[in-house]
Amino acid sequence: MERNVVMIALFAALIAALGLIPTITLMSGVPISAQSLGVMLCGTVLGARKGALAVLLFLLLVALGLPLLSGGRGGLGVFVSPTAGFLVGFPIAAFVAGTIVERFRAVPLTWAAMIGAFLGGVVALYIPGIIGMAITLDKSLSGAAALALPFLPGDAIKVVIAGLVTAAIARARPGSLLSRP
Amino acid sequence: MLALTSPVDTVFHRLPAALKLLVMAGFTVAVFRVERPAVMLIPLAIVAAAYAIAGRAVLRQGARALRPLWPFVAVILLWHGATRDLATGLALTGRILSAVALANLVTMTTRLDEMIGVVNGALRPLERLGVRTGAVGFAIALVIRFTPVLIEKGRALAEAWRARSPRRPGWNIVIPVTLAALDDAEYVAEALRARGGLPAGATERNRHGT
Repeated sequence: MERNVVMIALFAALIAALGLIPTITLMSGVPISAQSLGVMLCGTVLGARKGALAVLLFLLLVALGLPLLSGGRGGLGVFVSPTAGFLVGFPIAAFVAGTIVERFRAVPLTWAAMIGAFLGGVVALYIPGIIGMAITLDKSLSGAAALALPFLPGDAIKVVIAGLVTAAIARARPGSLLSRP
Repeated sequence: MLALTSPVDTVFHRLPAALKLLVMAGFTVAVFRVERPAVMLIPLAIVAAAYAIAGRAVLRQGARALRPLWPFVAVILLWHGATRDLATGLALTGRILSAVALANLVTMTTRLDEMIGVVNGALRPLERLGVRTGAVGFAIALVIRFTPVLIEKGRALAEAWRARSPRRPGWNIVIPVTLAALDDAEYVAEALRARGGLPAGATERNRHGT
């Protein structure tokens, strides 16, 4: 019990810390932060349930007024802004990524984590994200999807990194990989 | 780590946090119902008046907090300018700006410990049902404590990297930072077990993280 609560809290802190890691700027000029990488890792390392709880805890602290989102954003305003759908997608992303790693034991960890990070951190994250933008901007779903398109190359990079980092964690601390105990 | 609460005291600081949250929720629902561009001036006027009462320091911080919205505002106005429906575009912009600005005002005028008080208040019914809500307050305190620790570790690792490599530190930093989070978690969990475990309820931890 204690270990689970502390793991969840420390991974919520990890999402915040990764949001502050200097962002890589792609050739298209779109900046990418490591924050959604943190969300993917919550799922692939902690597993579905604990990963989603870590993300929910992180979002609770953002809502309480801490500037933990990348770029130092936070507070209640981000939950009513056009990008709020992505915040809704964050815990779902971790849950999906965790479920894939937990369930598909036959698949080697690196690949399972990459597939999980893609289905969670890209597919499951963008669906509510795009719906949210379509609602707030009063656009069609395809119009809103076009706005999200420039971020896809960065997400592809993060999916690969999530797989490699998860595998490295499993080698360095096999006992701490809660998604595949 | 600094919260987004404004250090400049305003009348809004003295209002109960739960009331502000209810007003904000009601305002947001209402503003998303408004369709006619002319009617959108009402919520905009309300938010402008609230910021005027709050004063210049809050206004400046509030304007800075709206900066991430400008790309969206640009897209809306370009789109509706091109379709010759600028009035609708302006109404949409007004809706987004007024909703986000009011929510930010609540954040800027409510201290972190008051917000945590609201969370604990919301958890209390669960506590009566036998859920161990103490974990939530404890987890909040842990995140507040360990976020700066992990940021500092990441910064130290990046510096160590720069001292040895001509290239910029990239994603490789993520592995040691994640390991640091895992190791810290194991230490804290062990220390916590040694001291008798988690607190039982939220009520006894009302003043956490202030």
